[in-house]
Amino acid sequence: MVVAIGFEGSANKLGIGIVKDGEILANCRRTYITPPGEGFLPRETAEHHQQNIHEVLQEALDQSGLNPDEIDVVCYTKGPGMGAPLMVCAIVARTCAKLWKKPIYGVNHCIGHIEMGRLITKANNPTVLYVSGGNTQIIAYSRKRYRIFGETIDIAVGNCLDRFARVLKLSNAPSPGYNIEQAAKKGKKYLPLPYCVKGMDVSFSGILSYMEDKIDELLKEYTPEDLCYSLQETVFAMLVEITERAMAHCGSDEVLIVGGVGCNERLQEMMGVMCHEREAKIFATDERFCIDNGVMIAYAGALAHASGTRMDFKDATITQRYRTDDVLVTWRDD
Amino acid sequence: MTEDLKILKQGAEAKLYICNYLGRPTLIKERFVKNYRHLDLDTNITKERIKNEARSIVRCKTAGIRTPALYLVDFERRRIYMEHFERNVTVKDFIINLTKTGSENETNSLNILAKMIGETVRTLHDTNIIHGDLTTSNILLIPKNDNDNWIQCCEFHLVMIDFGLSYVDSSAEDKGVDLYVLERALISTHNDYPELFNKMYDAYKSSSKSNIKEIISKYEEVRARGRKRTMVG
Ligand SMILES: Nc1ncnc2c1ncn2[C@@H]1O[C@H](COP(=O)(O)OP(=O)(O)O)[C@@H](O)[C@H]1O
Ligand SMILES: [Mg+2]
Repeated sequence: MVVAIGFEGSANKLGIGIVKDGEILANCRRTYITPPGEGFLPRETAEHHQQNIHEVLQEALDQSGLNPDEIDVVCYTKGPGMGAPLMVCAIVARTCAKLWKKPIYGVNHCIGHIEMGRLITKANNPTVLYVSGGNTQIIAYSRKRYRIFGETIDIAVGNCLDRFARVLKLSNAPSPGYNIEQAAKKGKKYLPLPYCVKGMDVSFSGILSYMEDKIDELLKEYTPEDLCYSLQETVFAMLVEITERAMAHCGSDEVLIVGGVGCNERLQEMMGVMCHEREAKIFATDERFCIDNGVMIAYAGALAHASGTRMDFKDATITQRYRTDDVLVTWRDD
Repeated sequence: MTEDLKILKQGAEAKLYICNYLGRPTLIKERFVKNYRHLDLDTNITKERIKNEARSIVRCKTAGIRTPALYLVDFERRRIYMEHFERNVTVKDFIINLTKTGSENETNSLNILAKMIGETVRTLHDTNIIHGDLTTSNILLIPKNDNDNWIQCCEFHLVMIDFGLSYVDSSAEDKGVDLYVLERALISTHNDYPELFNKMYDAYKSSSKSNIKEIISKYEEVRARGRKRTMVG
């Protein structure tokens, strides 16, 4: 039995979670929300995390009802992500590990999403679509690694949506993507946009610059809602298409959607239709688990810990670039 | 024509049926309506892909690259009728079976295969065809002769298929991206043979006299971009 605490702060969400085996004892979070039209920058985001982390930690401990000495391993996000915000969590995690005299373990953020998704949905060996503000990847497990079959060749899908929300000056609360999703529901008129799939890879920068460049003209003929709708229909179709390509190539009949964009219900719906057309099963989670959180870090760390993997204190650093396939998956034997 | 179709499989975007068309074993590739996407988008993409596929098959023929022969294009029913290779194995299954059987000639077979792929992709690119979806599911091996052991003996021809994402372009950048897509497909799918891509790439580089410097540098550029791609939004 492993009790793990996880610190996550690789982007604008600060989360601390505690798990005991597969059971979630605490899941606390604060989000740094910027004014409409503005994205979050590393320095300010780090400051937000610094100001909130002690309170969130106390809240998580209270929620779990545990004493620090009942914790077996202190986990934190090693990367990928923004340097300064990552560092805030790493420092606090290291301090806790020293204070509580516990081992420390740095988790790959993407692996956290995947393992959390598998835990919540009970998907066994799915093709994973990982979609967030910083990432867009199609992943499948093989021989002790989560292998990347496809990915964006430029910007992440969440980044594309967020930046378009900024063009329209939509609110960033609770998240720009959420507001695009709500606006898209009211859209009616479909604007054909550049559609770019290369094998199992996708590209979004062309769509974004097309919309950015033409926004004034477009708004004469289309409502902001129409544009949100058209953007979603296009980028999600691309994502569903590459997921299907990967499934056919790998002979897989399960899909798991993880990452912040994964809680978009239209994306889930489209993926569900595709799965139905090829007799496959879809697995997805809601915003509690899709959006960055501490539980996913705690849980992935607990899996590694239980399989005997340890990290030296001197290696408890951060790295802005950390690929999903760099991690040796010691806890899976299939 | 009577509609007597047997479904063979569902591919990455199409359903494949087998039938007999004018006395020949025929494969029907039907890009059925994808209900998950907007109807306008679906119609456009499908028309585009059928056109691409038909065009590249014809272009390959003139360049001497083996593909299924094209029999009929039916835009109305979203279908392409083509030659069906009844005896075939995808390169993907060929490689996976090599691992399973642990054949002694493993290395030898891989070398032969990598060379064939490298040469064929080079010919494609010399003809200015960008395949757009180079994976081991989209390359078939068919027997050269009646030998029942054609797979073990490496007595096969290489057949390129699935040209839906293909297009004609002479740019070195697009060729570089095509190579990068193939490299990634090999690394992720056939991670037990990490040397496979390089062997193929060597054959690609040396199999023709056309200018390659620019393609190499573009490929390396695309690859470096991929590795450095920051993971944060
Ligand atoms: N001409 C053919 N003869 C025999 N098998 C074929 C032929 N064309 C395709 N196949 C088989 O069908 C699969 C899917 O065909 P493909 O053209 O790649 O469609 P998709 O775009 O749906 O992937 C291939 O991987 C191969 O196994
Ligand atoms: Mg195919």
